[in-house]
Amino acid sequence: MGNFDLYAPKLVDREEYFSPGHRACQGCGEALAVRLMCKALGKDTVIINATGCMEVVSSLYPTTAWKLPWIHVAFPNAAAVGSGVEAGLKALRRKGRIPDRDVKAVAMGGDGGTLDIGIQALSGAMERGHDLLYVCFDNEAYMNTGIQRSSATPFGASTTTAPPGAVSMGNKTWKKNLPEIMVAHNIPYVATACNSYPLDFINKVQKAKAIKGPSYIHCLSVCPTGWRSPSETCIKMGRLAVETGVFPLYEVENGKYNMTVSMPETLRPIEDYIKHQGRFRHLSPEQIRIFQDRTNLEYKKLLDKIEHSRSWDEISAE
Amino acid sequence: MGERKGMEIALAAAEAVALCKPDVIAAYPITPNTHIPEHLSDIVAEGRLDAEFICVESEHSALSACMGASGAGARAFTATSSQGLLYMAEVMPIASSMRLPIVMALGNRSLSGPLSIWNDHSDIMSQRDTGWISLFAANGQEVIDMMIQAFKIAEDRNVMLPINVNLDGFQLTHVVEVMDFPLQEEVDDFLPIYQPYASLHPDHPCSMGALGLPEIYAEATKAREAAMVNSKETILKVWDEWERHFGRRYDPVQSYKIEGAEIAMLTMGSMSDTAEVAIDALRAQGVPIGLLKLMLWRPFPYDELKKAVKGVKSLIVKDRCVSFGGPGGPVASEIRSALYNEPRRPDITNYIFGLGGRDVAVEDFIKMIDKVRFADKRTPKEHYEFYGVRGE
Repeated sequence: MGNFDLYAPKLVDREEYFSPGHRACQGCGEALAVRLMCKALGKDTVIINATGCMEVVSSLYPTTAWKLPWIHVAFPNAAAVGSGVEAGLKALRRKGRIPDRDVKAVAMGGDGGTLDIGIQALSGAMERGHDLLYVCFDNEAYMNTGIQRSSATPFGASTTTAPPGAVSMGNKTWKKNLPEIMVAHNIPYVATACNSYPLDFINKVQKAKAIKGPSYIHCLSVCPTGWRSPSETCIKMGRLAVETGVFPLYEVENGKYNMTVSMPETLRPIEDYIKHQGRFRHLSPEQIRIFQDRTNLEYKKLLDKIEHSRSWDEISAE
Repeated sequence: MGERKGMEIALAAAEAVALCKPDVIAAYPITPNTHIPEHLSDIVAEGRLDAEFICVESEHSALSACMGASGAGARAFTATSSQGLLYMAEVMPIASSMRLPIVMALGNRSLSGPLSIWNDHSDIMSQRDTGWISLFAANGQEVIDMMIQAFKIAEDRNVMLPINVNLDGFQLTHVVEVMDFPLQEEVDDFLPIYQPYASLHPDHPCSMGALGLPEIYAEATKAREAAMVNSKETILKVWDEWERHFGRRYDPVQSYKIEGAEIAMLTMGSMSDTAEVAIDALRAQGVPIGLLKLMLWRPFPYDELKKAVKGVKSLIVKDRCVSFGGPGGPVASEIRSALYNEPRRPDITNYIFGLGGRDVAVEDFIKMIDKVRFADKRTPKEHYEFYGVRGE
């Protein structure tokens, strides 16, 4: 894949399908990731958007930032609407009512619309095997409504519904591992990605697009507003999330786990990542240690899967 | 003309939908609707209908998938009842705001709790103001006809609104009747292929479901209201066309033996046919009574109603739903409101009955009518009355 990485930027569409003039915050990792995703997908795409930041900032009537066909219905149902788009296009194509070429249905949502209120529709769509790519842009809280916790909010983070106080340390729970839940759906492609690794993300989107069937990409999208970090640190924050092992970048292709971005021999301490973010400012050394231990454990579990997992083809060939 | 045969009405509804050649069907079966999507899945499995049948994981997703399919330019159908409709409730007004002509068969069923799978109209009344056109069928023939009419009405370029066809759970869905089934070529002739105004395709990209700031929300809502009000013209046109094609007449307010009637009863759904028997019995005794049957619930047929009650002194409105703590059943409240400004309006009595599948017999209608006929005019009347409730 080395050569592919080298030439990938040249293969990406020069057209801007997510156009400038949207109303995202300065330094928004998600807006950057969405722009890259659209370039990687190209023209023959329909975007189905859950309610959330990207819907709100991009579709203020009578303007639109979308040069791709785009539909927003509600918060929990992007995957279900995507199922319908995919089925509708399939039926119309079969009946000769639209041009006979592939058009990919791509549903997207934030962590709230994906991990929480939308997980039922997502699970249903994945289980039914629609030719649908779902991309979760995870900024680790309900940023659009004012930084309330979601099940993707990391341990210890301060949010407006999980604030630290005299008897509280902030968010008490661990981030829900949705990529792993998607792997358990036995879909052909699952990947994690981050706006700070554009080529890796583009490669993954293009891979997922080429798959006939359901695929899922979980993209960590840095949110300076909600993370209480300076706008200009957006790319740096994403890099640190990966280098500390908090958010490793990997993919699961037909059951086989692979790390897609090379990791340091020893992970950087998580302090390097969290000290730049106001949402972790209140954590005690003991709480940071708990966070560090859990991060180490999750990372080791992942390495174990990378070492021992085999693709379905390999297993059935035995 | 078509074929005449006996069949369970739910299956007949499915056959009628199949005649309309939907491209996508998404459903999460719920009693008493189950036989409609089940039979459609049979029809698809047999290869009699070329459609994508999506077995979704919830009603919310059923309507959502229909919205995606309809947005992509496909003809989409779903069916539901009761809690299923409530589970769709979030998406109901969005479907109409996006002007997606989805057709839904609504096998009317009471709402929990207590849990009840049987019929009344509390499901549709809870979704009354979501911007869907609502038709009410009284028997199997009307179910078949309205299913086909529904696609034609919804997809008309002057309408472009979702539509539900209400058929009473069990009283209609599970009853076998002899019905006329139109032939495929007759339906093809009546109902052209759906041509969307805009659709989700990269050859002509568009954005659907944008965000509306306060500067635009009221205007968007007013436009939707105008579309709903104006849809009546198309509904009447489609019904005229239906009569020319198939010989059966449909009106927003159908009247039965209303000539010279001083008392009229107003009903919706399957109780209308039972009510006709009661009217016949009373007419035979010389009672000047007639029946008004509301077939079109949204848009509300003001003009037709005002015309229908001309000369009627006493109007008995039947509700199969309660508006808790409200001024009466939802139908009666609206009838009162619709006639309030009329200089000569009938006196209105509202009965709430037949809830949660309670039987409604001919004698019940006669008893209710007699109560009105022989009422002591000096006693002040309540806004509404529950009929036949035990333990009072």
